[in-house]
Amino acid sequence: MRLRSGVFASSCLLVEVLGVALFLRGFFPVPVRSLPRREARGDLPAEPAPPGPGMVSNWTKIPPPLFKKVVIVLIDALRDDFVFGSKGEQFMPYTKQVIEKGTSYSFIAEAKPPTVTMPRIKALMTGSIPGFIDVIVNLNSPALLDDNLIWQAKTAGKRIIFYGDDTWVKLFPKHFVEYDGTTSFFVSDFTEVDDNVTRHLDRVLKREDWDLLILHYLGLDHIGHVTGPNSPLVGAKLREMDNILKKIHISLLSKEEASFPNLLVVCGDHGMSETGSHGGSSAGEVHTPLLFISSSFEKRSPLTHPELVQQTDLASTLAVGLGLPISRNSVGNLILPVVGGRTMREQLRFVHLNGFQLSRLLQENTPAYEKGKSSHANWIKLYLEGNNSEILLNLGKKVLKQYLEALKTLSSSLSKQVAQYDMYSMMVGTVIILEVLLLLLLSIPKALSSRAEFEVPLSPPLFSLLFYLVCLMLCAVHVIVCTSAESLCYFCSMSWFTAVGVMMLISALMCGILSAIAKTFDNSRLPVKNPVLSSSSWSEIDVLILAGTVGHVLSLGASSFVEEEHQTWYFLINTLCLVLCQELCRNNFLLKEYDPQHSTTVKQNSEEASGYKNIDIPAADNSKLSKTFTSDEFVRGSDKWVSLASPWIILICCRLLRSLNQTGVQWAHRPDFGHWLTSSEHKSELSFLAAVSLLMIFFLVQRRCSLVSKIAMALGLLGIYSYRAAIGNVIFPWQHGSKDISKGITEARFVYIFVLGIVFSGTKDLLKSQVISSDSGVKSTGLWEVYSGLVLLAALLFRPHNLPVLVFCLLIQTMMTKYIWRPLKSGAAQITIMHYWFGQAFFYFQGNSNGIATVDVSAGFVGLESYVEIPAIFLTAFATYAGPLLWAFHLLCYLSSEVSRNSAAVGHGCFCYALMRSLPVAVYIVLVTGLRYHLFIWSVFSPKLLYEGVHVFITAAICLFFTMTES
Amino acid sequence: MKEVEVRRLFAANLLCVFSVILTAVVPAFLWDGFTVLGTHLAWLCICSVCVGTVNVILHLVLKPNRSPKRSSLAHKISRFLKCCIYFFMSCIVFHAIIVLYGAPLLGSVTETFLFSVLLSTFTTLQCLCMLGPNIQAWIRVFSKNGATSIWESSLQITTVCSILGAWFGAFPIPLDWDRPWQVWPISCSFGATFGYVAGLIIAPLWIHWNRKQLTYKSR
Repeated sequence: MRLRSGVFASSCLLVEVLGVALFLRGFFPVPVRSLPRREARGDLPAEPAPPGPGMVSNWTKIPPPLFKKVVIVLIDALRDDFVFGSKGEQFMPYTKQVIEKGTSYSFIAEAKPPTVTMPRIKALMTGSIPGFIDVIVNLNSPALLDDNLIWQAKTAGKRIIFYGDDTWVKLFPKHFVEYDGTTSFFVSDFTEVDDNVTRHLDRVLKREDWDLLILHYLGLDHIGHVTGPNSPLVGAKLREMDNILKKIHISLLSKEEASFPNLLVVCGDHGMSETGSHGGSSAGEVHTPLLFISSSFEKRSPLTHPELVQQTDLASTLAVGLGLPISRNSVGNLILPVVGGRTMREQLRFVHLNGFQLSRLLQENTPAYEKGKSSHANWIKLYLEGNNSEILLNLGKKVLKQYLEALKTLSSSLSKQVAQYDMYSMMVGTVIILEVLLLLLLSIPKALSSRAEFEVPLSPPLFSLLFYLVCLMLCAVHVIVCTSAESLCYFCSMSWFTAVGVMMLISALMCGILSAIAKTFDNSRLPVKNPVLSSSSWSEIDVLILAGTVGHVLSLGASSFVEEEHQTWYFLINTLCLVLCQELCRNNFLLKEYDPQHSTTVKQNSEEASGYKNIDIPAADNSKLSKTFTSDEFVRGSDKWVSLASPWIILICCRLLRSLNQTGVQWAHRPDFGHWLTSSEHKSELSFLAAVSLLMIFFLVQRRCSLVSKIAMALGLLGIYSYRAAIGNVIFPWQHGSKDISKGITEARFVYIFVLGIVFSGTKDLLKSQVISSDSGVKSTGLWEVYSGLVLLAALLFRPHNLPVLVFCLLIQTMMTKYIWRPLKSGAAQITIMHYWFGQAFFYFQGNSNGIATVDVSAGFVGLESYVEIPAIFLTAFATYAGPLLWAFHLLCYLSSEVSRNSAAVGHGCFCYALMRSLPVAVYIVLVTGLRYHLFIWSVFSPKLLYEGVHVFITAAICLFFTMTES
Repeated sequence: MKEVEVRRLFAANLLCVFSVILTAVVPAFLWDGFTVLGTHLAWLCICSVCVGTVNVILHLVLKPNRSPKRSSLAHKISRFLKCCIYFFMSCIVFHAIIVLYGAPLLGSVTETFLFSVLLSTFTTLQCLCMLGPNIQAWIRVFSKNGATSIWESSLQITTVCSILGAWFGAFPIPLDWDRPWQVWPISCSFGATFGYVAGLIIAPLWIHWNRKQLTYKSR
């Protein structure tokens, strides 16, 4: 079968997508240890039976609740030093006083990454560690189906009231007797979200008809996102929170009966980093305060430093405090000091229950727990015999210690199991990806040849003995692995038909690789002439491209380089610009040396220079050359200098963009233009910048559009400005008073109509050129219109301070095309790789990083009333990958305009693009498999893996589009 | 003739290498508290000055490019002034390039500028000594097969090595190891220095190995 390079590359990428999907499924397993819910008071263990006959413990039921009313105040993004540090002293005087002198216990609760609100709420309420994939899959947070504290409380007949973030309402629908959800939609809203919670407080605190009150305050998180942890707004917000805590505490104290105290819990779901964002695993993001305040606690001398506990411990502790069974999937330990005031027998009972639940979740008996249980039984025997209290107490303490150690081992082995990988699926995925990469690498010489098509031998491998042997062997391995595997395996759970299909695919790829290798050997046996020539003709750009690609791929193995990947790309494109500058210098100056003096006659000049004249001007102008030579000479002179200056202008643009958005981890806290612009004092500057940017976008895009598209584009850009004005990001010059903020649905939809219109008219042109005539002019206009439609969509979705990124993107593309690539006559492969590099750099220029926290989810809500899954995911993905996507589309536009020079340009481009994407993915997947027990696997490597995976999906789509337009 | 030239080149380059090593060692005896890492800026100054002086002296002593015509004193002075201006301009250009690469624009200007002075000393100063303030000659030397003597080949190699060294020196900056040598611009200036030293040593050896293939066409 004969295949063109483009088709070959796209089909390779499609197979690779399958491999990546399989690998991701194996790497991010759905929680294996998820036991179903059960009835509230089902099969709970009795106290361990004392040895010896005749003695039975009378404690078989669940212990009664320890607290009458519990109030949980969850302050979003409350970092530990906001309460325990100097800020707490300054702004939260009441809380500080309670911590130091009152009846309270304070801890630092450690949150596990991803430090995002929804998984953290799950962790707090179920006690389990939500998988990393939860963040991605559950952006719309559907109801929580696992066993959890709220469900248990509701089943036990507790009346729960909730005010705050509506994530809770979605997670626990119909669980609350009364609720008021506030949405976290407008991050710039600092007061309203919290006032909506506090306004209910006075009324609720007076009432007696509730048992559990949950308050979730969002304001602090919003302040952190917009202004960072050191802004004066944080202090004011903390003071407000302090007053609320004071009110609640006093009200709880006033109604208390001595025998049945109330409990106030203050916690944060996650902290914030030095920039005020969260999602990663820096100390600031992970450490949150956890306060238990109740009059039943004994007064004590203040601890110098609060003890470190896990966030998951709260679920078990609250379950015990409320007299509920501990959630089945909880991996937390009971925080003993909270129940420290109870009798020894009760305490032992609590830790026994906790241990029982953990060992049941682990599904195996640990010797430490068994030992604790037997000594517990002995202790009960002594207790029931009525032994001396002094000895009993000491003995009890010993048993307690044994239990606590057992709990610790149980918890740690459970936490490890959460990160259990499905190695078999991962392996199968890796094999597919590596085979695709090898196939691509082996077919480089043929795919990049001038004809850009090659023979893919389909029938010989499919009918060879080897194919069937490999197939059989793989199936045998599959059977063995799947029957012997203990843990759940995704690939084994697939139907037999699919599994065999995958096996056949693997073996077919393998046979393909083997035949390709055999062919290259055959060819190399023939007398070789070219290799020596080709190896010596490597230019600096080729060396840089090769070194840069290899260097970047290798750098993925180090966590810091993954965190700071933007530095790698900025470094590489800077160097690329400098090398291009050198190349241009050589073109402009050195070739001139062989040229006689400039003052020679026009005729001689035009004859002599025919070899290099094309370098400065497009070939088409050659015919005009002789007529308007004198003026042309002048233009050429100025063109030369513009051409020489263009790399420097691009470098300056890149430097400006770099300081627009600081990303990464180490230097993310540095001040940047983006933060300066988004702060509320600089709204007018932001408006001006946005308006200028939109105007620039229009001028840069319109020159190659048809008239209708031009008008549509202009209206669309106007629509974008009015959309941003409607949601309150920018202001109109004539509008001074504050207007009420809306969601801007109408404006956004207005823009969507124009986006669709432009894209449709472009597609129509494309189809026309495909079907009716092969006019390259119509085709390039069509492509450019599709491209400009995408630019318009990106302009709508980008935050206003990011609009300059779009402008510079278009500017650099124009300059590169006009002054660098055309004059230098770079090959399609070189241009593709440069486009890929710039695309990667722009991914980071627009403020992305390799952490989950920088994904701008708000792009998914533009023009939508509420969360609709498919469009939201599409829009978010488009906004996130806008940089690489726009560059890839520009590549297509450029290459198809170059078809006259190199008929296979698009095919070469498609192939190179596929290769550039599969190389880092394949290497990264192997690296991640090797580093799967690395300390930073969840905080650094997994998010990057997700980014890479999504990028492969997008690249596959792009390559398919390439192939479709190619013919 | 050629062998003798190569030996002279080797000796001259070794002297430069020694001068670099001495700048790291000697000031510690004279000045309490001097370390290359701790007082890096001082070392940058000392190294630039020493390497610059050694280069100028070597150039005056060895006279690798015999100028055909004797020139007047005024001409010499104007040449010297031109060289100074060129050197200063190259410092500025290097500074600009480093800023474009991501060095802070306003913060740590001294560090960046001293680093660019060091780079200029390793590259531009040599060119100025060897070729004079003649841009055409520079372009000729730094194009393919443009060298006309072993001195110019050596110039090519050391210059490219210094710049490559500085380029590679930027690699460890993003790593979170918190080492003292990761502070800006230490790793880069070390990279440049090591590249320069390596270039000085490699150049005569490379010329020696390739002496059969090297044919310099005289202009």
